[in-house]
Amino acid sequence: MIRYVAALLPGIALGVLAAAALLYFNPLAARNPLSPLSVSNNNILSLGYSGVPTDSIVYTNNGESRVQPHPEKVRELWEAPIRHSEVLVTVLTDSRNNPAGIGIKFSSDSEDTRIVNGEALVDSVWHIHLLERGSLFVEQTENYWNFLRKIVLQAHLSASNHWKGVWNGNMTVGPGALGTAAVTGATGEFAGLESEAVEALHASAYSVAQGPVAMEGRLTIDITGNAELTASDAPER
Amino acid sequence: MLKTLIFGFLVGIVGTIAAVYFVPVVDQHRESSVISVSPNGGNTESFHIDIPTDRIMVGAPKQSEPLPPGLRWPEEEQFDGVRVELFKVRNAREAVIGVASRMVADSDQIEDSIEWVLHIPARGTFYVTMPAEPADGIRRVGALRAGTREFRPMQGELSERWVPNTDDDDIDAPDGHIELVTSFVGAFSDNVTESAVTEGGS
Repeated sequence: MIRYVAALLPGIALGVLAAAALLYFNPLAARNPLSPLSVSNNNILSLGYSGVPTDSIVYTNNGESRVQPHPEKVRELWEAPIRHSEVLVTVLTDSRNNPAGIGIKFSSDSEDTRIVNGEALVDSVWHIHLLERGSLFVEQTENYWNFLRKIVLQAHLSASNHWKGVWNGNMTVGPGALGTAAVTGATGEFAGLESEAVEALHASAYSVAQGPVAMEGRLTIDITGNAELTASDAPER
Repeated sequence: MLKTLIFGFLVGIVGTIAAVYFVPVVDQHRESSVISVSPNGGNTESFHIDIPTDRIMVGAPKQSEPLPPGLRWPEEEQFDGVRVELFKVRNAREAVIGVASRMVADSDQIEDSIEWVLHIPARGTFYVTMPAEPADGIRRVGALRAGTREFRPMQGELSERWVPNTDDDDIDAPDGHIELVTSFVGAFSDNVTESAVTEGGS
């Protein structure tokens, strides 16, 4: 009997490792496809922000994450209904890196997350006010699977608990059929706008202790039909 | 022995995949919604924000005591007309159920307005804009502009009102609260599903 158990347990352990490898290298997992907006001829509004919490105006979460809230004494989202959520308030810049407005991002872990499918989903919205122009609301589902796999896991596996490199990824996977976010304009020149957007991240350093060390985000919003493309919005080629 | 090893290997693979598939990775905590039905008025739901206890952030220029301490508001002059606040939001039973942002923009270029985004992780998010001036001197009323998940098919309005605390005996009581009342109704649709027709006919 002991002989069988002695063979069964290593077999199970090997099976668990094989399943983990299968999930990690899952060929069916979502890739980071080319954004449909990047090949569009439509008028595009491009807004950037720092993905490093200490660069933000305010960043808060449940306080138990490795990424610490900023500033230090900000209230944490510890109550049960909001403990899987985080809020980022940041300055948004145009494509020439000039301040363009304020963005508030609410993110919550999605119950639709399916690791088997390579989906680590986050439901998020942006509440955006662009100075002297108007306000927008962006709704999206983001997939952080490749970010976790290529950056966070690599940082944990590294002897220095640090990842350095170049990683670009489109985070938006819905709700639009082409993997785009839904945009609703409300005030100013964006009043009545119904459009699409895509959010992308560019990461170059990540620390296990601090989270993102060098990371930038970019929102690309299609504003065709409702607002004229100003020179400062034009993405640099 | 080899057969047992292979059997264990298969059990390990299948068990792990099954666990990852069936065990939910994320399980958002849900509080029961406290919704009442208004006569010909859709569903009404009341939220409130205790001040100052539920206030997370006040983003405005030149504050002597910023909230949270250490907050650095952008120094550029263009941001002087923008005020951003973040709050925790409670339901009618006093339970925190979400977070909200309130944005006020004072600009010569665009009409002054107040914007609310209420993010309730277990249910969805909605976005409302309202005029800066109260409709009846007390209450501001704004239109639902967009919603996600549960709030996606909704139309309606949100009212905002400041309610001061009048209980002088309780020194720990908040200064007052912001009362938010939604009145939402599902959007009408011409798309009638086959199952709805069957149910209606039976």
